[in-house]
Amino acid sequence: MKVLENKISQFIIKVLILSAIFTLVQYMLIAGHLSRFHEITLTSMCINIVLAVSLNLINGFTGQLSLGHAGFMAVGAYVSVVITNFYELPFIVGLLGGCLGAAIAGFIIGVPTLRLKGDYLAIATLGFGEIIRVLLQNINYVGGPAGISGIVKQTNWLWLFGSVVLTIIIIQNIVNSSYGRAIISVREDEIAAEVMGVNTTNYKVLAFVIGAMFAGLAGGLYGHYFYIIKPETFNFLKSFDILVMVVLGGLGSTTGAVIAAIFITILTAALQAFPAVRMIIYALILILIMIYRPQGLMGTKELSSRTFGKIWSGRK
Amino acid sequence: MLELMQQIINGLSLGAIYALIALGYTMVYGIIKLINFAHGEVMMVGAYVGFFSISVFGSHIIVAMIFAMLACGILGVIIEKIAYRPLRGATRIAALITAIGVSLFLQYTTVFFLTPQQRIFPQAAFTSQEYIIAGLSISNKDIFIFICAVTLMTILQYIIRRTKTGKAMRAVSLDRDAAVLMGISVDRTISITFAIGSSLAAAAGIMVGIYYSTINPLMGIIPGLKAFVAAVLGGIGIVPGAMVGGFLIGILETLVSGYGNSLYRDAVVFGVLIVILLVKPTGMFGKNDSEKV
Repeated sequence: MKVLENKISQFIIKVLILSAIFTLVQYMLIAGHLSRFHEITLTSMCINIVLAVSLNLINGFTGQLSLGHAGFMAVGAYVSVVITNFYELPFIVGLLGGCLGAAIAGFIIGVPTLRLKGDYLAIATLGFGEIIRVLLQNINYVGGPAGISGIVKQTNWLWLFGSVVLTIIIIQNIVNSSYGRAIISVREDEIAAEVMGVNTTNYKVLAFVIGAMFAGLAGGLYGHYFYIIKPETFNFLKSFDILVMVVLGGLGSTTGAVIAAIFITILTAALQAFPAVRMIIYALILILIMIYRPQGLMGTKELSSRTFGKIWSGRK
Repeated sequence: MLELMQQIINGLSLGAIYALIALGYTMVYGIIKLINFAHGEVMMVGAYVGFFSISVFGSHIIVAMIFAMLACGILGVIIEKIAYRPLRGATRIAALITAIGVSLFLQYTTVFFLTPQQRIFPQAAFTSQEYIIAGLSISNKDIFIFICAVTLMTILQYIIRRTKTGKAMRAVSLDRDAAVLMGISVDRTISITFAIGSSLAAAAGIMVGIYYSTINPLMGIIPGLKAFVAAVLGGIGIVPGAMVGGFLIGILETLVSGYGNSLYRDAVVFGVLIVILLVKPTGMFGKNDSEKV
């Protein structure tokens, strides 16, 4: 009973904290305390969190280096925008359609490529991401290289916050389930996992498809905030961007991915006037972290209420 | 038929460039099992060194090429020492991410100091001329690129097959531990491999400058990726494979541009990559290794 009570109280605390954050930001938005610049930064932050957490499922927990995440984001953005703007269906249908489209793309790409390992997989996913971009550039229905502009803005703080919370909850629950243990066993030692009866291919594809799906969600949110989507936005530099967040936060730590996504977004916003400097800093972060702390800021550890509790009571 | 021949001839010089870049990828991969993502950027630096030595010092194109090769050889050794050596015992993914970091660093440091704008590669260094031979038009640029590339590849083959350094390189890539026991300095051999690979990339960079007439700080990305595809096509880690793969990718690319839609050019190259990886990941010349526990 005690355990259950503990869990319930923890749950209530979490809900309270989340609603407090939500209400605070909502109040600041309505009261006009946030400028347009802050609002854009906030939106990018939420989108980046969704991207980083979902890529972390593939790269961090499953240990399959994917460099094509921007491609799935592109699929999600285009599908959702086509649904809402060309067919004039509600936003939620667009977002779900974007998720589904990206998940299907993830499945089509994942099934053949996930047989590959390590750097070969990285290159194959990079190639696929670029192919998605080139295909979008050549489809006149979605505007070719110019992309689609004049998208009705529908993404607001409610959608962003909801998507972030949903992404984190779903991915955390997957990771903590028996599926998650199987997925992590693939990362730790694929051959051993296979010997223990884990169908490694299935789990890799599963993680890949779920990761792609949330990238699609991020794409949908992106498209309905920034008015315009074009294939060039989703090139492999965007994939590297997301990778930097995941690596910085720690491969295999959801909270790490969230913290890194927030940090990188703020860094990007602060250095907006000097894009070259920003990229140099990115590059140095990547190199230095890999040399001195290859497991990232958080490693595979999570920041939770328990960690705070430990710090609070001074225990180790 | 004549047009096909013409396209293949056009593809040969592009293929020679890809082959030179692919050699660097393949040598590095063969010896430390790392996809050196920064290789395309080394090529870019080579192009810039060539550009400045021609436009500022007014040197001859061959002198500029030798100068760029020296500079990039040193750059390659420095990159290996600073970024890759500390990670030699780490996971392959960590090394790969570092390579991506080095690549971004070189790109954007160049952007920062030299602005992202395109520069026209000095045409005075190379007056273009067209020759018509048996109905096929060949420019002296193409001939120059092809001859230079083949010369460099011959020298490389000589180094790898006939010299003691080459023997050490082959030994280290075959079995590093055994090579150490035989008294080969692995660190030195790896440095030499980086130096040779990077200087070939520098030569390729100048050729890209001549071929496309413009250079910019991000020019290394796409040729780098395509050269990597070429290396995989030939069988990564296998030197003759990279040469054949480079020529094949170059010819394929000009054929797609010539007969199909040039917008699909990049997609076709990546499509080839994925097909190879799925059908025969070890490439055309590769041997199948069974997985060891």
